[in-house]
Amino acid sequence: MKRRLIPFFIAAGLLLTGIAFIVIGVTRGEALTVFQKAIRICLECIGIG
Amino acid sequence: MKENSSSKQVKKDSPASRLKRSQRIRLIIQACFAALTNGYLRGFVKHEIYQGVTKYICVPGMNCYSCPGALGACPIGSLQAVLNSRDYKMAFYVIGFLMVVGSLGGRFVCGFLCPFGLIQDLIHKIPFFKKLKRLPGEKILRSLRFVFLIVFVLILPLAVKDLTGLGDPWFCKYVCPVGTLEGGIPLVLFGNGFREAAGFLFSWKVGLLVLCLLLSLLLWRPFCRYLCPLGAVYGLFNKFAFFRYTVDETKCTKCGACEKVCGLGIPVYEKPNSIDCVRCGKCVNVCPTKAIRSGLVLPFTNRKSVSDTDQN
Repeated sequence: MKRRLIPFFIAAGLLLTGIAFIVIGVTRGEALTVFQKAIRICLECIGIG
Repeated sequence: MKENSSSKQVKKDSPASRLKRSQRIRLIIQACFAALTNGYLRGFVKHEIYQGVTKYICVPGMNCYSCPGALGACPIGSLQAVLNSRDYKMAFYVIGFLMVVGSLGGRFVCGFLCPFGLIQDLIHKIPFFKKLKRLPGEKILRSLRFVFLIVFVLILPLAVKDLTGLGDPWFCKYVCPVGTLEGGIPLVLFGNGFREAAGFLFSWKVGLLVLCLLLSLLLWRPFCRYLCPLGAVYGLFNKFAFFRYTVDETKCTKCGACEKVCGLGIPVYEKPNSIDCVRCGKCVNVCPTKAIRSGLVLPFTNRKSVSDTDQN
């Protein structure tokens, strides 16, 4: 039981930190940067740029 | 009559039939998810890419956002896009996304939700080629994906910038065969202007893609095991993600059936949550004593396991 609690708390901690990171990223405008990159053909990604 | 139906039942529940059934279900899930995340059919017809709001959101697997059908953003491409921009030194949004997906399922994404994983799986099904379990220098080759993650995805996009303060997406530009297959080839073949622009870099990337696909004939998931930075990230979560494998020590006879069926040659009875495991589920279904189980492992679930003590 105790050995199972440790991974559980690690996973729960990472999940909550991940959610907090997403919120921070959105408020900093990172999601917009992702969007702007994703809606244009990325020439580097396809091997042309 | 009764005996006949019970023997049919036994046959239906044999490890071989369980394995076949589970892999068929996995294939259907992979295909559906690939179709769902690449469902912008107009893009293939008009040679353009989707520009709607879903592109704010990352998809869990390797899926180039320059694929004409892509409805979401590739997490590895997005990570580099944020790091190589002028404005940021840290990519909270994408790293947070990877932490959420990783803590929920680890490399479950690789086994079930990655379109490039599906392509490799299908190619590996082609018979007539002697299948290999590993290449010489396998251990070193497998650590390459961490080199690609740290150097090509994190350090170079962050550190090498031009005079305007912008960097390159190094992994996408020089390595990623997924972008070549999903974005480069359809656009170069059918898009106006792209064919003329394709030069040495495109040939280099096509060469890498061909190598990857040819290797898939012989070896199960070469891209996932040697190159994929996304798999490297998710693999770090395998040991403590909510979705994990457990081995019931009282049932396990250490017969090695799991290791034998595993495409990556993992001794699952010893390392059920190895960082290499892509959670395809073959070991779970082939185990003759049903000692290996997959699912959510929570403090109050009643499972005798070795997974929590697995140090490998």
